[in-house]
Amino acid sequence: MKALMFGWEFPPHILGGLGTASYGLTRGMSLQPDLDIIFVIPKPYGDEDQRFLKITGAGNTPIVWRDPSFETVQNRMGSIMDPQEYFELRKHLYADFNYMNVNDLGCIEFSGRYPDNLLEEINNYSICAGVIARRETYDVIHSHDWLTYPAGIHAKNVSGKPLVIHVHATDFDRSRGQVNPQVYSIEKNGMDHADHIICVSNLTRDTVISKYHQHPDKVTTVHNAVEPVSASIEAIKPIRCGDRVVTFLGRITMQKGPEYFVEAAAKVLAKTKNVRFVMAGSGDMMEAMIRLVAKRGISDRFHFPGFLKGDQVYEMLKSSDVYIMPSVSEPFGISPLEAMQVGVPTIISKQSGCAEILDNAIKTDYWDIDAMADAIYSIISYPVLYEFLQDQGKKEVDEIKWEYAGQKVRDIYNLVCGR
Amino acid sequence: MKTICFYFQIHQPFRLKRYRFFDIGNDHYYYDDFSNESILQRVVEKSFLPANKLLLEMIEANKGKLKVSFSISGVALDQLEMHAPEVLDSFRKLAKTGCVEFLAETYAHSLCSLKNPDEFKAQVELHSKRIESLFGNKPSVFRNTELIYSDEIGQMVAEMGYKTIITEGAKHILGWKSPNFVYQSAVNSHVKLLLKNSKLSDDISFRFSNQSWSGYPLTADKFIDWVRIIPENEQLVNLFMNYETFGNLQVRETGIFDFLKALPKFAEQKGITFSTPSEVAAKMKPVEALPVPFPISWADEERDVSAWLGNTLQQEAFNKIYSQANRVRKTRDRRLMQDWLYLQSSDHFFYMSTKRSSDGALHQHFSPYESPFEAFTNYMNVVSDFCKRVDAQYPSSVGNEELHSLLTTIENQELTIQKLETEIKQLKSKPAKPKAAPKK
Repeated sequence: MKALMFGWEFPPHILGGLGTASYGLTRGMSLQPDLDIIFVIPKPYGDEDQRFLKITGAGNTPIVWRDPSFETVQNRMGSIMDPQEYFELRKHLYADFNYMNVNDLGCIEFSGRYPDNLLEEINNYSICAGVIARRETYDVIHSHDWLTYPAGIHAKNVSGKPLVIHVHATDFDRSRGQVNPQVYSIEKNGMDHADHIICVSNLTRDTVISKYHQHPDKVTTVHNAVEPVSASIEAIKPIRCGDRVVTFLGRITMQKGPEYFVEAAAKVLAKTKNVRFVMAGSGDMMEAMIRLVAKRGISDRFHFPGFLKGDQVYEMLKSSDVYIMPSVSEPFGISPLEAMQVGVPTIISKQSGCAEILDNAIKTDYWDIDAMADAIYSIISYPVLYEFLQDQGKKEVDEIKWEYAGQKVRDIYNLVCGR
Repeated sequence: MKTICFYFQIHQPFRLKRYRFFDIGNDHYYYDDFSNESILQRVVEKSFLPANKLLLEMIEANKGKLKVSFSISGVALDQLEMHAPEVLDSFRKLAKTGCVEFLAETYAHSLCSLKNPDEFKAQVELHSKRIESLFGNKPSVFRNTELIYSDEIGQMVAEMGYKTIITEGAKHILGWKSPNFVYQSAVNSHVKLLLKNSKLSDDISFRFSNQSWSGYPLTADKFIDWVRIIPENEQLVNLFMNYETFGNLQVRETGIFDFLKALPKFAEQKGITFSTPSEVAAKMKPVEALPVPFPISWADEERDVSAWLGNTLQQEAFNKIYSQANRVRKTRDRRLMQDWLYLQSSDHFFYMSTKRSSDGALHQHFSPYESPFEAFTNYMNVVSDFCKRVDAQYPSSVGNEELHSLLTTIENQELTIQKLETEIKQLKSKPAKPKAAPKK
């Protein structure tokens, strides 16, 4: 069985949960012996892990005829792909795109991020997908997140193979109800054309069924999982400061509910000493949060370390006594699982997808500041609860593996391919 | 001649209201009155009143042949008194028939038998007095909270003067033996043990309306037939269950009331009688001693105390509340004493269980909380406030020993003063004796 996957991010150059989930899922699926995966992303850097899949860059795919020499191609793309591949792809040009903004190799340049001209990039991506879809042979197409749905549809039209789309988030989550009509239409179009829809949580599945009017039989939930803790992460030592530390780690934006965290912190600090609060990350609401903290008079115990990368994230997690994710609407949320993996008791909002599969985390409604503050107080004041959540949380998350998710996806592939 | 011994448990705890950590030190009232009252009213309406009415009719119709026994926990009595006194009236009527026995238990339906012998004694005495004042007879049969029993507990109960104890016919204790005999305690040969017949009791209590059960539908004649085919030498069938089986756990529409009503008739046909626990203890001899080194109960698959003390959260909460035992007993504050009792109910710990599968579902069904962590946090916050109040009475800077000796001194001095006062009174009331003439 061969799968053609379209994605937007891939580690190590990730910007959010999408990249982590894409990697985890494909890695989990690679354990299936008879499955080959081709993974398309806009801009590979060459340092991606290609042991268990083949990565093709949309930005390395020609859409207009150019005739560079083998050496030129090798110099420009050799670190990313086999130069011969460029020439193979070039055999499958299908239309006149000379009016497009292409470089000297006949390829479109992608940013690999989420720029202002995102819709334009999505369209360009689907054009490149047309070439790739004609060049490769495969049994099923898998599109990760709305940015790649047009590409997936194009591939399906070209090849006639079934299309599975993977909804990692919908615009309803991102915008708290005020959807962007263009984004909605891309999402809906993708869902309408898909042979099957995979969602990362029941929460998302409900949104897809009710807001996008898809048939329930066509929509399946496959919960995300988490990569096991690597030895290098195990080796990271925590830094203890004597006070208890309560941490929020994520984008400081409306969807993540940072203001509820600040209010809960104020409540706890009114009654408890020896506790500190950390809001790590950056985002459009960061300034507003700093102002709110000052307004509540807790700036001496509330800290903003900024955006943390790589090992810093785990250092921060390991040095925390409580991890909290008060998201207003979280399609899944892998970060609480990462926290529980390193033994940090976690508080999550009931409005997050991961709450559906976690038992050993405290769940509160995102607006219920009293409950959140009570839970924080409880974990830091009653050591037995801290230890219980630490132990049982780790045990539980160690069982949430990508291979199980991968197997479920494979079952869906078999279903749409009629096997 | 086989006999059926019915025992029905009645209990409702004082559930806690949502108590946040910032209430500690500020709010000293812990109970969810609305929830407790509405749950009790519902149970009274659906179960206690109709079932009592039915039993009264049945006892009269069967002219004294039908016998049943009850144990009503002290906290349930308190709640019934507050919200549904007519239920107590109907129980009084049942008591008057002479066919109904009331058992003794811990007042608070608590686990103190596992932790604090003095508290255990005090609670059982309190309960027994209450039962006597309400229904006229001092209880002579004992049953511990949730039928928890061990050799040690048996010994403590014997010292309080009870000769018969009711407990669970736990498989891991019985092994191949049958619960349909009277046994005796392994540590005290005077104490008789009546063991619940799990299969038949749960058939009525849990499986009665389960359509996928092989025994469905369970009719009275079918059930009596099951009792009849038990081997001849097994003369006793103990059917112990929650009284809410009739009307609440098994609703009226399942036919449970009709089932109960029809039982005596079929029993009489097959020569099966009914007895109270006292009658069983008087008539039947124990066949052998039953050693129970570790506590058993009627709860969950394991039939032990893991339902309340199985995880570290429960154990911590349990130890926390009982750490106050010595100090609270010395206090005269009635509010504090009442809270002390209500906070000991086993239900609080039941809600903190983290068991999975069907046992877990049962725990969750009865729990007013959404998760065991919420149950733990809420309870610990309340206990923190309680500890603060106890401290305010007797600051913890005064050690227990010192406190005890100070209070004993005060008590002794009071006794001395009383004695002296009586003496003065006596002397004052005696006529003045003529003085002996001084010898010259």
